[in-house]
Amino acid sequence: MKLPAFAYACPETLEEAVALLAAGAGTAKALSGGQSLLPTMAFRLVAPSLLVDLRKLPGLDRISLGEDGVRLGAKVRWRDIERDARLASAHPLLARAVAHVAHYQIRNRGTVGGNLAHADPAAEMPGVAVTCDAELALTGSKGTRVVRAADFFLGPLSTVLADDELIVEVRLPAWPPGRRWGFEEFALRRGDFALAGVAAYYDPDAEGIARNAHIGVIGACHRAHRLARAEAALNGRAADEQAILASAEVAAAEVDPPTDLHASAAYRRALVQTLLERALLRAAS
Amino acid sequence: MQSQTMLIRFELNGKPVEVEVSARTTLADCLRHQLMQTGTHVGCEHGVCGACTVIVAGEAVRSCLMLAVQVEGQAVTTVEGLSREEALTPLQAAFRKHHALQCGFCTPGMLATAHALLTEDPEADRARIREVLSGNLCRCTGYIPIVEAVFEARAAYVDKSAKA
Amino acid sequence: MNPKHPFAAVGAPVERVEDLRLLRGRGKYVDDLHCEGMLHAAILRSPVAHGRIRAIDCAAARAMPGVRGIFTAEDIAQTSKGSIPTIPLRAAPLPELVRFEQPVIAHRKVRYVGEPIALAVADSAALAEDALEAIGLDIEPLPAVAGWRASARNDVLLFEECASNQPITYTASKGDAASVNAAYVRRERLRVQRHTACCMEPRGLLALWDGAQAKLEVSGAAKVPFAVRRALAQCLDLPEDCVDMIEADTGGSFGVRGEFYPEDYLVPFAARKLNRPVKWTEDRRENLLASDHAREVDMEVEIACEKDGTILALRGRAWVDMGAYVRANASVQPCNIAQYLSGPYRVPNIHVQSTMVLTNKTPVGTYRAPGRFEADFFRERLFDMAARDLAIDPVEFRRRNLLCKEEMPYPFATLRPPERKGETDSGDYRIALERCLAEIGWAEKSRLQGRLIEGRYHGLGIGCFIEGGGAGPRENARLVVEPDGSVSVYVGSANLGQGLETVCTQIAAEALALPMERIRVFHGSTAHLKEGFGSFHSRSVVMGGSAILAAAENLRGAIRAAAARRLGCAVSDVVIGEGLSASQAAGGKTLALSESVPQGLSAEGTFASHHHTTAYGAAAAHVAVDARTGRIELLDYVMVEDIGRIINPLTARGQAIGAIVQGLGGTLLENLVYDEEGQLLTASLVDYLLPSATDFPHIRAILLEDSPSPHNPLGAKGGGEGGTVAVGGVVANAVAAALVTLGVEPRELPLAPQRIWHLIDAARR
Repeated sequence: MKLPAFAYACPETLEEAVALLAAGAGTAKALSGGQSLLPTMAFRLVAPSLLVDLRKLPGLDRISLGEDGVRLGAKVRWRDIERDARLASAHPLLARAVAHVAHYQIRNRGTVGGNLAHADPAAEMPGVAVTCDAELALTGSKGTRVVRAADFFLGPLSTVLADDELIVEVRLPAWPPGRRWGFEEFALRRGDFALAGVAAYYDPDAEGIARNAHIGVIGACHRAHRLARAEAALNGRAADEQAILASAEVAAAEVDPPTDLHASAAYRRALVQTLLERALLRAAS
Repeated sequence: MQSQTMLIRFELNGKPVEVEVSARTTLADCLRHQLMQTGTHVGCEHGVCGACTVIVAGEAVRSCLMLAVQVEGQAVTTVEGLSREEALTPLQAAFRKHHALQCGFCTPGMLATAHALLTEDPEADRARIREVLSGNLCRCTGYIPIVEAVFEARAAYVDKSAKA
Repeated sequence: MNPKHPFAAVGAPVERVEDLRLLRGRGKYVDDLHCEGMLHAAILRSPVAHGRIRAIDCAAARAMPGVRGIFTAEDIAQTSKGSIPTIPLRAAPLPELVRFEQPVIAHRKVRYVGEPIALAVADSAALAEDALEAIGLDIEPLPAVAGWRASARNDVLLFEECASNQPITYTASKGDAASVNAAYVRRERLRVQRHTACCMEPRGLLALWDGAQAKLEVSGAAKVPFAVRRALAQCLDLPEDCVDMIEADTGGSFGVRGEFYPEDYLVPFAARKLNRPVKWTEDRRENLLASDHAREVDMEVEIACEKDGTILALRGRAWVDMGAYVRANASVQPCNIAQYLSGPYRVPNIHVQSTMVLTNKTPVGTYRAPGRFEADFFRERLFDMAARDLAIDPVEFRRRNLLCKEEMPYPFATLRPPERKGETDSGDYRIALERCLAEIGWAEKSRLQGRLIEGRYHGLGIGCFIEGGGAGPRENARLVVEPDGSVSVYVGSANLGQGLETVCTQIAAEALALPMERIRVFHGSTAHLKEGFGSFHSRSVVMGGSAILAAAENLRGAIRAAAARRLGCAVSDVVIGEGLSASQAAGGKTLALSESVPQGLSAEGTFASHHHTTAYGAAAAHVAVDARTGRIELLDYVMVEDIGRIINPLTARGQAIGAIVQGLGGTLLENLVYDEEGQLLTASLVDYLLPSATDFPHIRAILLEDSPSPHNPLGAKGGGEGGTVAVGGVVANAVAAALVTLGVEPRELPLAPQRIWHLIDAARR
């Protein structure tokens, strides 16, 4: 399982990196943490002609907190999120979800941008981004554009990223105090990709009525997405057990999960229902 | 296509090294087959088993998921660098005492992971140790003695961090 | 043996001698070896499960820079008199089976995904892999049979000339099972899935050909180096003494590594052809595709008992999925399933048939506790179902049927063909059962059976088992006195990572009354001894250790004889003292070892036995099952096993815990899944789920040594596999007990969350 041959470039500016990708005309690949790309290459499932290593690009490894929310540079690693004590209050859902990502060594290398670009439907970060209405800043030859996370993912390992584009930043909207939230996933072993997972939050109003419900699914889907009907089942109701069970039941009907060797569609559907129940019960408690 | 070769310099176990590598050579293969540091083992080449774990810039990484060219200018520590000539280190001695290795193939990766963990968190409890070691597969021991060995070795790292 | 002298090392928890190098990165595994001019091999493997090879175009690959050779069946046929050698059967080479031996390279047909088709040799492993991509392969696909049922119809034949996909049916019988008329009978169909050892170190070989002397040296041997040498010499048409198999440090075997595989021929073949050293290292994908698989079996099994639970008969029929060929030791699993179905219980009448069925999948071999893990799952599951039907407590059911001390030795069913009898050796099986019940707290915890506590159903399971060990026919050892007064021990057993060096050092130190520091153990390689048998069937300590004792006795005799000459006294007057010094009895003159014996004095020893050892025990599990997700958490697992005399409690316990966790992998996680076309869907460690450090934190193993084996001078019993044997049955019984109110009865492994969830879902409908 030796890597196929490729040319290697290690640009020092974003412009250079984009130019190299553009010149690669679809056969070049950006190398960030490499924790998804290199295994795929080891199995020779992809064989890029050129790897553009992003390690020298400046300024993409910052976590910034502001009025408008949390900004994660594309090169922010899971380890950086895990160790940033501010995030426990600034974005508890992100902190909790990221705790499920892979293992210690992978977490030291894997990056937010690389993970989003890889677009595994079972990965946590796309789920958080989609659930939270995050925006992704993409830079290419034609400049920078901002894409809603919901529009970024097209399907398994497929995104709107153009051949010459790089994710430079993820912008998670501000997390208001008082928000109720939960994150639950089911994997066969610790650190494995989730067979199913849910991220959920709502903002209770003064009467305790759930408003602004956001419910996203990973694993039991072809790409991370929100569950509009399950959200609707919760919005405008007191988030009691009855409302939660109703929302979870709707979610199970709403997902369109794939079948693979580790989980049938029916099983994944049931997992979504159970996990959402548990996430919302935790949120409400 | 032909793979590009490059001359890289980095620090290996405290000593500067210079080596010409093909771009596609992983750090694991460079260490083992070019620098002949065969203590680090390769068990899967797709980032699951953890046998190839080494320490780069103080952090445990899978050396099969890193290109050799990516360690240019960095400090790399392998099991050879975690060993002393005269005696076993406290971590190694704890492994021996608890019979935390059988075939020994996963052991260098376990030691590198445990060393990185205890260096940054010498008070890691058993649950944390298990969680961190879950990225290193062992087929022989059932993990129980490994967890006990790492737990016992904490004392040596607490002392070290107190001194530092 | 004298346990009282100062170097009585046997029985002490001695820290391992191996560890000093392995902990410092100084082990030498085969892929760590490098030599001048070394080339690298990679293997093109069949992408389809069944097909006819129409053409292999190697021209482009041969022309690539750095490529030194591409070899196919055609090249091999040319050098080996027109025929392709096959992997010889090591265990029980019956004529029925020989027809289904695997050619060392696919010839005209491919029969499984992963079967070698071509070998590329190049300046680097990466270039060799690049070359594989340039080989043009034209294979006409044939319909594949990916399961035993489809195969048993025989409408698709793997070997057209053999007219059947079922090489053989073994029968184990005792008494007259057919005519037993019992008050209670239950018949069940149960299944164990395909899984395997998945050693952390993949296989590898480094072959060096010395053209001038026509000698071959192969590093990377393991388990059975002498048997592999015999096979390899035969296939390469070389005299046996022109081939040396060298053991490196070995990253686990568990039965799988070290048998003769296609690569064991192909890599030396290429080294000879190119007259260059050639190294091959199996990658993980190949390891999952090409190393032996194991365990896959369906069984219909029937129990007949009295109303009080007394077992009258076991009857059954097993269909064992062998994959595409009958490999070196493939007969062990189907034989063991039949012969050891009765386990540690009193079963007067047995009739069990076990049929090999070929399919278009990777061939199978032995994996730790071969056949026994499977048989125990079938038997212990059936016992719990029977006990429930009869309203007998499952523990009581076992107590009633477990063999008593007074019944030892107790015969197993006789296996045919060829006829093989067997019996237990020694022990009081009930002691292990009672200890196990006490350790897990069965009495207090049994009130939890089936209870729903904080969203999870709790259950306890119990099972008893035996473990076979100490396979014959014999083992050899040679002791050599070195100039510095130390003794080198050469033994035919192989070190696979189990701590053989340490244990043999202990045995030799005690037998020679030398400190352990003055013993060095060499093992496994064919250069050390004229004949050796290796490590399998938990035999290395029983057989190799006993051979060391025999050699030690001979060495002491030689020292006495030499000393008698020097001292001018009768041999019978010489007493051997500390450090192998020799003195004339009654306070006479003492000679240091160096004074009494010539340098390089050596003595050989052989231990021969056809009596297997029978370790025995019981295991219990406490599980909690989340019915919403199907997840099973193992809250407690206890195994108690009596393994006869324990040489090193530290390594023995290590074997036990490790064996349990492998059993748990096979029970809860591991599954080699094929699709209907015969494609392996789990060819990576992402999909083939090995236990990790967070999965099973609560495991205990208690080893007893109350019943030494009567069949060897050490009193030791094979103890490396027992931990694995019971796990499937015990954990499945615990899960069944937990879900009893839901009416769930697991009949198939692994107990993956989705399987449990589907069982619960089906029971509710």
